[in-house]
Amino acid sequence: MSPTKDRFISSILFAIASFSITALFVIGLFIFIEGFPIILRIGIGKFILSTDWSPLEGRFGILSMIVGSLCVAVGTLIVAVPLGVGCAIYLSEFASKRTVAIIKPAIELLFAIPSVVYGFVGVLFIVPFVRTHLGGQGHGFCILTASVVLGIMVLPVIVGMSIDALQAVPKVYRDGSLALGATKWQTTTMVTLRAARSGILAGVILGMANAIGETMAVIMVIGNAVVMPNSPLDSVRTLTSNIALEMGYATGEHRQALFATGVVLFVIIMILNAMTRYVTRKRIA
Amino acid sequence: MKRPHPKTQELIAKTILSLFAAIVVMTLLAIVGYVVVKGVRVINADFLFGSPKSMGREGGILPFIISTLYITVTGLLISIPLGLGSAIYLTEYTSEGWPTKVIRFGIDCLAGVPSIVLGLFGFTFFVRLLNFSWSILSGGLTVSLMILPFIIRSSEEAIRAVPSSYRDVAFATGGTRWQCVTRVVLPCALPGIVTGIILAIGKCVGETASVIFTAGTSLRIPMSMFDSGRTLAVHFYLLVRETGASDMAYGSAATLLISILVVNFFAYWLMRKFISRVS
Amino acid sequence: MRSKMKTVILAIAFLSVALCLDSGCGKRQDRHARIRISGSTSIFPFVEMLAEAYEKLRPDIQVDVQAGGSTVGIISARDELCDIGTSSRQLHEEEKNGLKITEIARDGIAIIVHPSNHVDSLSTEQIRDIYSHRITSWKEIGGDDASIAFVTREEGSGTRGAFCSIIMKGVKIATRGLVQDSNGSVREVVVTSPYAIGYISLALVNEKVKTIAVDGVSPTHENLVNGKYGVVRPFLFVVKGEPEGQVKSFIDFVLGEEGQKVLTKEGLLSPLNK
Repeated sequence: MSPTKDRFISSILFAIASFSITALFVIGLFIFIEGFPIILRIGIGKFILSTDWSPLEGRFGILSMIVGSLCVAVGTLIVAVPLGVGCAIYLSEFASKRTVAIIKPAIELLFAIPSVVYGFVGVLFIVPFVRTHLGGQGHGFCILTASVVLGIMVLPVIVGMSIDALQAVPKVYRDGSLALGATKWQTTTMVTLRAARSGILAGVILGMANAIGETMAVIMVIGNAVVMPNSPLDSVRTLTSNIALEMGYATGEHRQALFATGVVLFVIIMILNAMTRYVTRKRIA
Repeated sequence: MKRPHPKTQELIAKTILSLFAAIVVMTLLAIVGYVVVKGVRVINADFLFGSPKSMGREGGILPFIISTLYITVTGLLISIPLGLGSAIYLTEYTSEGWPTKVIRFGIDCLAGVPSIVLGLFGFTFFVRLLNFSWSILSGGLTVSLMILPFIIRSSEEAIRAVPSSYRDVAFATGGTRWQCVTRVVLPCALPGIVTGIILAIGKCVGETASVIFTAGTSLRIPMSMFDSGRTLAVHFYLLVRETGASDMAYGSAATLLISILVVNFFAYWLMRKFISRVS
Repeated sequence: MRSKMKTVILAIAFLSVALCLDSGCGKRQDRHARIRISGSTSIFPFVEMLAEAYEKLRPDIQVDVQAGGSTVGIISARDELCDIGTSSRQLHEEEKNGLKITEIARDGIAIIVHPSNHVDSLSTEQIRDIYSHRITSWKEIGGDDASIAFVTREEGSGTRGAFCSIIMKGVKIATRGLVQDSNGSVREVVVTSPYAIGYISLALVNEKVKTIAVDGVSPTHENLVNGKYGVVRPFLFVVKGEPEGQVKSFIDFVLGEEGQKVLTKEGLLSPLNK
C-alpha cells in the first residue's frame, strides 16, 4: 500500500471523526443556544432559585424540579449503594468463584432492561405498598416510590462496576494483609475496599447520573406535582419529567425554558463526569 | 463494651452481606421472572405477527416489532460507521494531547445526556425544523445520536486494550498505519467492538423517552422512512398508561425483555468465544 | 476465516441498506396516500376507530394517528406537521388564526372517584375548591377522614382546558395536584387509590371507577343528550386553510352517517350543528 493511499485513508477517517464530533458538538450548541436567551432574560438566579413554574403566564422557576431530581437521586443512592456495594463485596470477596462466574454475567445482562419495565413493576407493587403501609398522601406516588424503583434499576450498574473495581485490586494486597494475621473481613475493609474506592465511587456516580437522567419510569410513579417536597412521601416533579410532560405543546419562551432545563441537566452531568474523572485519576505513586 | 472478636465481626459481616447479595439477585430475577412468566402466556404466532386491534388492547404487536427494527437499524447504520471511524481515528491517528482529552470529555458528557434532552432536540430539530414530522427517520436519527457517543467510547476502549507491542510488530515489518489498523488492531479489538454494538442495540430497543416524541405513536406498520411508527417499548409504556396491568402489557413487556436478554446473552457468548480464541 | 467474516458483514450491511432504501423510497406514498392526524389523547381512540372504518372503505388510504395533547394538535396543524389536528377544547382566539375548525362530536367530562368512596354528588364550587386545595379532606364533604388526592392533566391537555373553563372558571388548579399525561393514566390512579379524585373523558369511564353527579346531575347518557349534564366539551378537527382532497373526504366521512354511527355507539354526542 502506497503512502499516498495511507494518507488518503487517514484523511477520510479524519473527516469521519470530525463529522461525528462536530455533530455531537452542534447538538450541545443547539441546546445551549435555544436555552440561553431565556436564562439571560429572566436571570440565572431567578430561573434556578424560583419555585414558581407557570409557563403559560411567563414565569419559569425550576427550583421545585431541581430539588425533585436531587431528592430522587439521593433516594436512589440510599437504596442502591448499601445493597449494591454490599452485594459486590460479598460476591467478590466471600463467594466462591463458581457462584460469581454465574451471578455476575446474570446481573450484567440486566443492565439493558428497559426502564419502563421497572416503572411498570413500581406501579404494580411499590405504589400500592407505599399507599397501604406508609400512608403519606394516600396514593403512593412519591419520592420514596421513585427511589425504590430507580434504586433497583441502577443496581446492575453499581454491582457490576464495584465487582470490577474490587477484582482489579491486586491479589498481593490481600495476601499481605492476611499474612499479617488479619481476617478476611478486616482485609476487605481496611485494604481492598480502600484500594477499590475510586472504581466503586465511579460506579456510584454513574448510577446517580442514570437516576437523574431517567424520565419515563419516574413519570409513572412520582405523581408529577410541581411542589417543594416536605417529606419522602410527597409527590414531586423531576427536571426530566417536566421536559417530557410539556415538550409537545411548548412554544416560544416555554420551549426555550425547556431547553434551558436541558442545559441545567447537561451541566449536572458535566459536573458528575468531572467528579468521576477526578476520582479515578491515576495517582502518582 | 468489649469489641467483638474479629472472627465474630467477620461472621456478622458475611451474614449481612450475603443477605444483601441475595436481596439484589432475588429482586432482579423476580422482576424479570414475573414479567416474563405472566407475559409468555400471551405470546403466540398471532400475537407476534398479528395487528393490534382496539388501540392495542387486543390482537398482535407486529407493527411495533417492525418499527423497532426499522428505527434500530437506521440508528445503527448511521452510528456504526461514524462511531467506529471516529474511534479508530482518535486512538490510532492522534496523540494524547489536550485536544484529544477535551474531545473525549465532550463525548463522555454527551454520552451522559439524559435521553429526554436528546428527544427534545430531535423533536425540535428533526420533527419540526426539518419538517420530517413524526417518522422513522426522525426516530432513527435521534437514536443514532444517543448511541454514537457510546459506540465511540466502547470501540475506543476495545482498541486501546490491544497491546502496543502488536502495533510495533506491524510497523516493524513495514506496514502502513492503515494496514496495522485493519490487519492487527481491529481483529484483536473486534469482540469488544461488537459487544459494544450489541449493547447499543439493547439500548435502542429499550429506549422510550426520545423515541416517543420523534417517531410518534402510530399503530400502523410504517411503509416508508417518513411514516410514523410506535416501537415496542413505546407501545408498552402507552399500554401501561392506559390499561394498567393488562395481558397485552405483560405480553409486550415479555417480548421486549426476552429479545433484549437474548441479544445481550449473544453478545456475552460472542465475547467469551473470541477471547478464548485470541488468548 | 477473515474473508468469511467479511462476507457475512457485507451481507448484513447490504441487507440492511436494501431494507432501508426499500422502505425509505417514499415514492410508495403514491400507492398509499396518507392522512396524518395528531392531537388530543381523548380523541385518539375515536379517531383510530374512524380510521379503521375508513380504511375498510378506502384501502388505498392510510391514516396515521398521533396522540400528544390538544395543544400539540392545534400547533401541529398550524405548522403543517400533520393534515388534521384534533382538540378536545375550544380554541383560544389567538390560536384560531388561519385554521378551519370542524366540530365532529361532543363529549362529557366525568368526575371520577374510587368505587369505595361514599361521596356521590358534588357541586361545581366544591369541585373547584377541591382542585384549588381549599377543601383538603373528604370529611368536609361527607366522606371519610382522609386527605383528598386530586389528579389533573398536563397543561397542554384539552380535557384540562375544558375542565378549567367549565368548572374552575379562572381559579387556578393548585400545584400539589398529581399530574398524569392521559385520560387512561388518570383513571388508573383513581382505580387504585381510594382517596383520589380525577376528571376524564366520559367515554372512557369503566366499571372500575365511580362517577360523581355534578350539581345533582349524573353523567348518564340521557342527561348528556337532554343537556342537563353541563360538563360537555367539543371534539374538534382543526385544519390549516380549507380541507381538500383526501383530508376533505375523511372529514366528510366522519361527519356523515357512518362516521357518526361509530362515534355515537361509543357514547359521544353528535356535534351541535346537527
